[in-house]
Amino acid sequence: MLNRINFLALMILALPGCSNVPLRGTGDLGVVIERATGSIDVVETSGRSVLGKVTGLGDLSHASVNYSRDGRYAYVFGRDGGLTKVDLLEMRVVKRVMQSGNSIGGAISQDGKLVAVANYTPGGIKVFDSATLDQVADIPSLDDTGKSSKVVGLVDAPGNRFVWCLFEAGEIWVGDFKSPATPVLQKFKHIGKEPYDAMITADGRYYLAGLFGEDGLALIDLWNPEAGAKQVLNHYGKGEQKLPVFKMPHMEGWAATGSELLVPAVGRHEVLVIDENNWQEVAHIPVHGQPVFVVARPDNRQVWVNFAFPDNDTVQVIDVQSRKIVQTIHPGKAVLHMEFTPRGESIWVSARDDNKVTIYDSETFAVQGELHVDSPSGIFFTHRANRTGL
Amino acid sequence: MLSNSVVYAAPAMPDAARRAELIRMVRNDCGSCHGIRLTGGLGLSLTPEALREKPDSALVATILYGRPGTPMPPWQGFMSEPEAEWIVENLKLGFPNVKSH
Repeated sequence: MLNRINFLALMILALPGCSNVPLRGTGDLGVVIERATGSIDVVETSGRSVLGKVTGLGDLSHASVNYSRDGRYAYVFGRDGGLTKVDLLEMRVVKRVMQSGNSIGGAISQDGKLVAVANYTPGGIKVFDSATLDQVADIPSLDDTGKSSKVVGLVDAPGNRFVWCLFEAGEIWVGDFKSPATPVLQKFKHIGKEPYDAMITADGRYYLAGLFGEDGLALIDLWNPEAGAKQVLNHYGKGEQKLPVFKMPHMEGWAATGSELLVPAVGRHEVLVIDENNWQEVAHIPVHGQPVFVVARPDNRQVWVNFAFPDNDTVQVIDVQSRKIVQTIHPGKAVLHMEFTPRGESIWVSARDDNKVTIYDSETFAVQGELHVDSPSGIFFTHRANRTGL
Repeated sequence: MLSNSVVYAAPAMPDAARRAELIRMVRNDCGSCHGIRLTGGLGLSLTPEALREKPDSALVATILYGRPGTPMPPWQGFMSEPEAEWIVENLKLGFPNVKSH
């Protein structure tokens, strides 16, 4: 009997065309960036475990990830300009290209066929075929004077478009990539001083850029782009002395809770609540430090907030209805990122200097698990594959 | 006895434990804008080549007091002037890496 089972196992392993990868879906997979070693851990959220490690991804001191629409391939954007396509099932690098000297992030197109990368040095975006990583477009970020800008806030938008910001020039560009080799650009100028990051609402309609050089946000309604970019919340904090910002907030996790957006203030220890109907600030919630990520639980009932140095040992949870802080936790030293499981029953939190990822029950805040990960930063689960802007 | 040791304990050079903290702070916290390899990001490159022509005193002042009008914040609440001088000196030599644990 035993022999027979062994024989069957051998037969299965020996089937032509099969690797040793067990048959499985990808919906509960994800990656955790190991920022100091240029590696990623492949994780799964059903059993809360690390499945394996993929190395050789370069400088991941700042990194972000997009997924192919089948959730099998992670596109990892590193600080050093490296774009790496990783197979989560076989846990190996499929292809890696050094596409610039210094990059900040990327996006995948609505049809899943294009991967775009936002670059600091030289500025601009480059667009690649998501299957082969062959370059299909290169769009420098030159303003009217011919000066190059760092590109930030790159996202995908419906209509196979990408949208991005020019930091120094203070512009927002929309690129229509229905014909990838000949993209059609639309430029919005004088949108505000120093857009440092941006987000797009989950429906793909509104693109919002956070401004560092002045108070307020720049907004584009992609359903009505002819109306141009407008500045919202520009009354915010006028005349107040800003606090120093020891780490730039990230917009990607901006919590859109249906009718309200919760966003990190810049230079103020507050989370701002914005009414999505009139783009007015309806409240500001005092928090523990300079917010970095403000992330909504998938049911939008609570948002989790982490903070910049030196308050980066703390995470706070805000109840959206009452706008009150309902929990303050200390997950470890240098909390860098938080990611909810697809339906939000758990949240994974990385603590860089404690070399661990802690998994919390998002309702009771009880610790459900802890994983040892070397210098963890970003946590990215595959359900991002099917969400605009992620 | 104790007060004597306090009087004489203001070293120009941070001790080994503090140096390790400063290295971690520069690589990780400065690194969130300047890159863990200090080759630049939103912030400028801090490699020896990039800093060679810049006077030490200006770099120390930038670290301690920040650069108004730019995202560079002041770090004086987290380090002393001798510590900022030590960081500048080592940036110009090629900054040490965090020792792996």
